[in-house]
Amino acid sequence: MVKKRGKGKISKFSIQFLPYSRIKNLNSNERIKKLLNIASKNNIIVLQGRLEPEEEAELIKQTMIEIGKKKEFKGIELAVLPEKQEANLFEKLRRNFAKVLSGTDLNTFTVIGPAAIVKEINKNPEKIELFLNNRR
Amino acid sequence: MIRTIFEKLASWWFKNKKDINLGFYGPPNAGKTSLANRICKDFLGEELGKVSKIPHETREVQFRESVEVEYDGKKMKLKLVDTPGIATKVDYEDFLKYKLKKSEAKKRAKEATQGIVEAIKWLEDMDVVVVVLDATENPYNQVNITIIGNLVARKIPVLIVANKIDLKKADIKRIKAAFPEYPVVGISAKYGNNIEEFYREVFNISKKRKKK
Repeated sequence: MVKKRGKGKISKFSIQFLPYSRIKNLNSNERIKKLLNIASKNNIIVLQGRLEPEEEAELIKQTMIEIGKKKEFKGIELAVLPEKQEANLFEKLRRNFAKVLSGTDLNTFTVIGPAAIVKEINKNPEKIELFLNNRR
Repeated sequence: MIRTIFEKLASWWFKNKKDINLGFYGPPNAGKTSLANRICKDFLGEELGKVSKIPHETREVQFRESVEVEYDGKKMKLKLVDTPGIATKVDYEDFLKYKLKKSEAKKRAKEATQGIVEAIKWLEDMDVVVVVLDATENPYNQVNITIIGNLVARKIPVLIVANKIDLKKADIKRIKAAFPEYPVVGISAKYGNNIEEFYREVFNISKKRKKK
């Protein structure tokens, strides 16, 4: 669900759906660089799967470094859904096997939006809401 | 065999003599410094850092070494590591509403981004981490999940503190529901509510720390 907070115009932006296969063969640094590069150009990324926890922390770290370098870049909004999924033993085995083949958990997706466009990603276990920024 | 026993004893001795690196992590304005101050005041009689309503007040990692904490007759020496609040975005314009001048706001934003980088680098060096969350805020924040995910990946024991329970909007149940695998203790760092339970939990999770 996408919502707009307050009155005013929203800058042009696009939503890019990114299959995990597009970043699967990259190393962590290249992966993060690619995602940040897309997000910093006013694109909201919907990535199939998710990054590893260490990569998520590195993404935040690199985002902070980029804020210092690029004048208009204020950072990102980030959310992974669903965070946890109930599953029986067979289902867990099936998912782990699929993860080994694909390199990620394909039952999840990651939303990365530039903070200049996405004001807030409000997440609860049931839904995800994207609030857009109109301050620009 | 005697040598192995001796090595184990030596390891146990050093593990118990060395300060335990206890890190305070969490989003900005959750009360990390307030909690570190509370511990310092309780056991040293002085505070560690300045607190403020303006986010990103702590913009550098700050320490206090050899803090001897006592609970129920047991003692433990801690190195308290208070880290800047971790966020995915920092916009100087957000500080302007706190009546900061534009130049001050820009300086604060720059320092805040550097502080976040430092806080993430420090994760490696922690023995035990207290993740401080504001109990009045939505806990399903990706920053919280990322911090906890990183601690789990590094096998660092985690204690979640639901701070600000003195406020009406505080909801500890929501935090417990969000992180059911981890111990959660509700406190008010500002007023010291439930602080004894916090110390008990710190002793409990410190036993789970990995040997270095």
